[in-house]
Amino acid sequence: MMKRRWIGITLLGSGIGTALAGPVSEQLMGSYRDAGAGPFRAEQGEQMWVVERRVSGQARSCASCHGTDITRDGKHLRTGKRIAPLAVSANPQRLTDAAEVEKWFRRNCKWTWGRNCTDQEKGDFLVFIQSR
Amino acid sequence: MHWLLVVVGGALAFGISQVAQSDSDGEGRWSERWRWGADRPDFQPVTSAAYRNECGACHFAYQPGLLPARSWRAIMGDLANHFGENAELDETTRRRLEHYLVNQAADAVGYGRSPGLARSVAKEKPMRITETAYFRRKHHEVPTRLVRENADVGSFSNCSACHTQADKGMYDEHQVRIPGVGAWDD
Repeated sequence: MMKRRWIGITLLGSGIGTALAGPVSEQLMGSYRDAGAGPFRAEQGEQMWVVERRVSGQARSCASCHGTDITRDGKHLRTGKRIAPLAVSANPQRLTDAAEVEKWFRRNCKWTWGRNCTDQEKGDFLVFIQSR
Repeated sequence: MHWLLVVVGGALAFGISQVAQSDSDGEGRWSERWRWGADRPDFQPVTSAAYRNECGACHFAYQPGLLPARSWRAIMGDLANHFGENAELDETTRRRLEHYLVNQAADAVGYGRSPGLARSVAKEKPMRITETAYFRRKHHEVPTRLVRENADVGSFSNCSACHTQADKGMYDEHQVRIPGVGAWDD
């Protein structure tokens, strides 16, 4: 009886981070979990969002283009082009295409941090983006 | 007999009025200056939704007719180092976009200003539209402070900041509105 309860709680706990996940991000997070990552936490994604790293002589963070408030427009650091809000609540188009999500992770992690993001980091970011 | 004079006189007056509406910068041949209004694109508008989505996400979606094919090939061949940014694409999309650009390039299409622009770069391979002799000639009177030191513009590469119809391939100077300054008046 006790064992079943703990199994239930564990399963519930691992589901909390994905409670608000849309189908595409759920699918992506599933693939990250398969590779050993998780659980994913929005707070962790939020913390990493503003971490500045020096790449090509320039201090960069995710917020450099997307802003600290992801429910609002962002602005491309170099071209000034308007970037639609990243938060799903403000922009329902976000996180609806797995290929698009992975494309932007690939490009933007390399630009911002000089390397690919790990599956753990990507999962944390996905939860953060859906939490606002 | 009088009617002949009226017809000829009218045609002459009309012709003069059309030329009189053209600007005085000495640009273009007669055939380029005499236009039936500013509603014909200078460069063939972008027709590829994929191009607009992928290449218009971070900057203005430059019409393919603004560079020769060899320039587009060079740009599409090094997207990981795209003017200091990473613009990598999956190979299928990359090839598809390169195909579109190369086939609609300045030296591939006989549309609008493209042939003139292609001629202006001769054998060179400009990596930027702003490097072409055609572009420099068209903008040589624009003070750089109105562009580079203008927070709402930033760079000559930001076409749509001033060229209000750039998205339709129209760059007529009478449609220019420089942010914080207004219409271009020469």
